[in-house]
Amino acid sequence: MATESTNTETKSGGSRMIAFVLIGLAVLAFIAGYLDDYEGSLSIHPMDQFEVAPFFGGGEVGLFTITNVTFWMAMAVLAVILLMVVGTRGRAVVPSRSQSMAELAYSFVRSMVEDVAGKDALPYFPYIFTLFLYILFANFLGLIPGSFTTTSHIAVTAVMAFAVFFTVTIVGFVKNGAGFLSLFWVTSAPLAIRPVLAIIEFISYMVRPISHSLRLAGSMMAGHAVLKVFAGFVGALGLAGVAPIVGVVAIYALEFLVSGIQAYVFTILTCVYLKDALHPHH
Amino acid sequence: MEGDIANMGQFIGAGLAAIGTGAAAIGVGHVAGNFLAGALRNPSAAAGQTATLFIGIAFAEALGLFAFLVAILLLFAV
Repeated sequence: MATESTNTETKSGGSRMIAFVLIGLAVLAFIAGYLDDYEGSLSIHPMDQFEVAPFFGGGEVGLFTITNVTFWMAMAVLAVILLMVVGTRGRAVVPSRSQSMAELAYSFVRSMVEDVAGKDALPYFPYIFTLFLYILFANFLGLIPGSFTTTSHIAVTAVMAFAVFFTVTIVGFVKNGAGFLSLFWVTSAPLAIRPVLAIIEFISYMVRPISHSLRLAGSMMAGHAVLKVFAGFVGALGLAGVAPIVGVVAIYALEFLVSGIQAYVFTILTCVYLKDALHPHH
Repeated sequence: MEGDIANMGQFIGAGLAAIGTGAAAIGVGHVAGNFLAGALRNPSAAAGQTATLFIGIAFAEALGLFAFLVAILLLFAV
């Protein structure tokens, strides 16, 4: 009993460090959010929060300017590194809190890859795990008031979706050769309608990166725009603004859920696409 | 209120495009409702099908988000 308590005390140092860093980030984000020039409370500009601007000082956005997008992308990467490297540094048999979170995420994504895409998809597990953690942390960091949701930008998600698309297509052709094209030839359908189905399958294959990226960016953007609209109601209603505040809290909780689900959906669709590439026969 | 007839058409078009998100809501509800109906009949098989549930919801939701995108494009990019 006594050894167990000392064990958790020494191992919680890493998780405490992560908590401190995240709280510091939140405070920083608050200050950054309130340093922005504040417009009238009656006007609602729900899309202004997605504007890309230099993070330090004003001026033009150049090629190498540190903008709010690049800053929060770096923060997401840093948070992932903190969780996975600092969290698992102890390698305890009885895991600390941060280590058990890291192990939970690892086994969750690993079992997902194995269940959906099959055992021979496990070589691609590191890539899928990286995608999952990055999207999850980018979504969650975007929920800090005053921060910036990088995944709400189609430019960010499209890079990831097209990377998945090209990876999957190349893997499909390398593993199956021309046999990968049988993905479009639905043998379970009658012969007469197979050419029509092939065209439909081809279109749905080509639209994949668009829907893949738009789903994540769209739901993030929509959720945060709704939050801002309700926040605008608070300013407009004065004392009666308590009602929209309750609404904001409820939507915030929903957004928390959506952040996790969208990261999950992005990852599981990557697994589905990978399964199609490894086993193209219907 | 000021602006020309083109602005009015833009806003009406955006509003009409937003109907598509409601259609996606029907689709998502259909997927989730049928999943629940099946899961209550055979709860032991439900856990293995949650991945399929989320894939189905994702596909239904994507089409609604296309409608949302059209609305946003009409409002801000035209």
